[in-house]
Amino acid sequence: MPHTPPPLDNVLQSLASRWGTLDVSTYRNQTRIVVAESVSLEVLEFLKAEGFDLLVDVTCVDYLEYRGALNRYGLVYLLTATTTNQRLTVRVFVDDPTPCVRSVVPLWEAANWLEREVWDLFGIHFEGHPDLRRLLMPEEFAAHPLRKDYPLQGRGERHNFPILTRHDG
Amino acid sequence: MALELPENVVVSRLDELANWCRKNSLWPMPFATACCGIELMATGASKHDLARFGAEVFRFSPRQCDLMIVAGRVVMKMLPVLQRIWLQMHEPKWCISMGACASTGGVFDTYAVVQGIDRFLPVDMYVPGCPPRPEQLIQAIIDLQDKIQREGTISGREFDTVERQQRKRALVESIEPLTLDASRNPLLQQQLSGLHTNAPPLGRS
Amino acid sequence: MAIATTEFESAERAGHSKDYHWTLNFGPQHPATHTTLRIVLTLDGERVVDAQPEMGYLHSGFEKLGEHLTFNQYVTVTDRMNYISPMANNVAWHCAVEKLLGIDLTPRCRYIRTIVAELARLSDHLLSNGAVGLDTGAFTFFLYAFYQREVIYDIFETLCGARFTNSYTRVGGVSHDFTPLVVQKIRDFVKTFPKTLRDMEHLLTRNRIFVDRTQGVGVLSKAEAIGRGATGPVARASGVTRDLRKDEPYLAYEDFDFQVCCAVAGDCYARYCVRMQEMRESLKIIAQAIENLPAGAANVGIDQRAALPTKKQVYSTIEGTISHFELSMSNRGFAVPCEESYAATEAPNGELGFYIVGDGGESAYRARCRPPSVLHFALFPHLIRGHTLSDVVAVLGSLNIIAAELDR
Repeated sequence: MPHTPPPLDNVLQSLASRWGTLDVSTYRNQTRIVVAESVSLEVLEFLKAEGFDLLVDVTCVDYLEYRGALNRYGLVYLLTATTTNQRLTVRVFVDDPTPCVRSVVPLWEAANWLEREVWDLFGIHFEGHPDLRRLLMPEEFAAHPLRKDYPLQGRGERHNFPILTRHDG
Repeated sequence: MALELPENVVVSRLDELANWCRKNSLWPMPFATACCGIELMATGASKHDLARFGAEVFRFSPRQCDLMIVAGRVVMKMLPVLQRIWLQMHEPKWCISMGACASTGGVFDTYAVVQGIDRFLPVDMYVPGCPPRPEQLIQAIIDLQDKIQREGTISGREFDTVERQQRKRALVESIEPLTLDASRNPLLQQQLSGLHTNAPPLGRS
Repeated sequence: MAIATTEFESAERAGHSKDYHWTLNFGPQHPATHTTLRIVLTLDGERVVDAQPEMGYLHSGFEKLGEHLTFNQYVTVTDRMNYISPMANNVAWHCAVEKLLGIDLTPRCRYIRTIVAELARLSDHLLSNGAVGLDTGAFTFFLYAFYQREVIYDIFETLCGARFTNSYTRVGGVSHDFTPLVVQKIRDFVKTFPKTLRDMEHLLTRNRIFVDRTQGVGVLSKAEAIGRGATGPVARASGVTRDLRKDEPYLAYEDFDFQVCCAVAGDCYARYCVRMQEMRESLKIIAQAIENLPAGAANVGIDQRAALPTKKQVYSTIEGTISHFELSMSNRGFAVPCEESYAATEAPNGELGFYIVGDGGESAYRARCRPPSVLHFALFPHLIRGHTLSDVVAVLGSLNIIAAELDR
């Protein structure tokens, strides 16, 4: 018996009254809304004021090889309200050549490292992030590995190291 | 003319005596990165007690160890650290590559994981498994002890592994053209500048 | 050769221009960093002025691998994330996959997965508290914890052949059903574990040295915990009463009577106590589940075309043969909708969720793992400022950061 989360009608109504009709969809009891990048920070601020105090995750999907995709990158913000247990997924689509969104670090400190990771692996720039640098890959790494055009085995970076033999050192 | 020796006198060669001391007091330097690290801890815990074999203390300082056990996958960012620690260890030193990831990259044939630390370090013993059972690690240490007993250190016979090391270098794959970035690697810079001479190309010897 | 240096090693960038501050590099190879973490500490004598954590020393490209392996193959990779409780990761991954595919499990499977998830929770908390004990100098506590973990490993080995890294779950079910021997071993464990837990508590819980080292150290307030995304025992020790087993029940947790353990102090000692108490609650769940294990099949039926049928079904029924064919042939597999979904479980470390994007093929288009350890490690500078160097070790241990989950 999968758990059905509490309904989000009040939240969706307040959002609609503020920003007009939204692109809302549900799948397996999860509600997703799509917002444009120009209003993403304001919508998230509004949602935080509505009670979504826990930012669960900030991630990205590269739709380069997805059938029927219109934009290349889809940023996903997963929000939860700890008092009412409501969950909401907010999606923001951005495109090449300079994918850029505004950072939500002022709202949730949890976004600090999550956005750094998205920058590192996907190359999406976050405006207003206090410290946007690579998190997982070494600083000198040039590519963004989780993009679909980067091969799984890499481009030879993992072989570029000096070889120590028994005689050295 | 037979000599009657009292019971508390042992006659041996210095080589064998030194090897016997060294093999029975191997202090491991656990370079535990991932899941194999947990099995390494389990090997050192009370059920499969590694201290029985002389590995009494897991010293985390490379200056105080002679056996480096690389347990777990080694990624690009970690490999310079691993090499620096290997260089910091004193002679005589041995290396066990524990688990599939340290030996060959294991499940992770990805952009970040080094496909076997033996591409960049001299390894004496490989332990297969994902993760290897503690009994397998203990068997590897026993086999290493036999190896130490055979290949002495006074005459430096373990340095005879140079030819074996050279052959392993030939295993460096070059399916795609390497993006050679020598900015961080002084050794690589030397080798690349040596390419102008008749030195063999990198990775094929 | 140079290890990657960061800007924090230049005093001007970090804003610390006082010359009596010195920089200490803690890790990535250090006994107290639970595998590969690195912290660059700026110290004033023994006091920590600033701490800059660095990660990525174990980043292996798990998420990219998820795009190339099928759902049943990827469970082997999820084992290697939080490697001190691999069963919990397997259960979390397959809960997410089954949510995407819309598969309902059989009652027996739900109970089985609950039992192994709770055994994994015990295993995780034993090692986590054991490591806190070890790092603060209590070696015997660590050995007691490890001995109990060996008993749990024995149960797992009897169940599916592997001590840990079990890859136990499959889409629609599990790989091996419980045998009577496994049930007996779990019953024996439930009888003998409370005594060891009492012994361990006698060693540390009211030990003056341990209490002095951990009480008041690394305090996390409730608002900070929520704002910084902490979940699991770290958040519950700060007063956030959130436990996905009660708030969003999954598997069979609704059927059991257990309590959520919380504390208000938010320091290392509170986290230790929350974990010890959670072990007792987990044992209650296991005891109730093993006595009420429903009979029936562990995997979903053949008509759902999700789980591999048994050999008897394949050889004697036509539906079994067709189902086996459809699942094994690489261009068929099960029907994966072109949709995205997120499912989270209460892993021992916190909220472990997977955001899976399906594209109709048999492997995920994107398999994102939401790791609790990332957010806990990001908490670290906030917790450690003003404390001493010896507290660094206690706080790091209490946060239970597993490098493989952190870096994926």
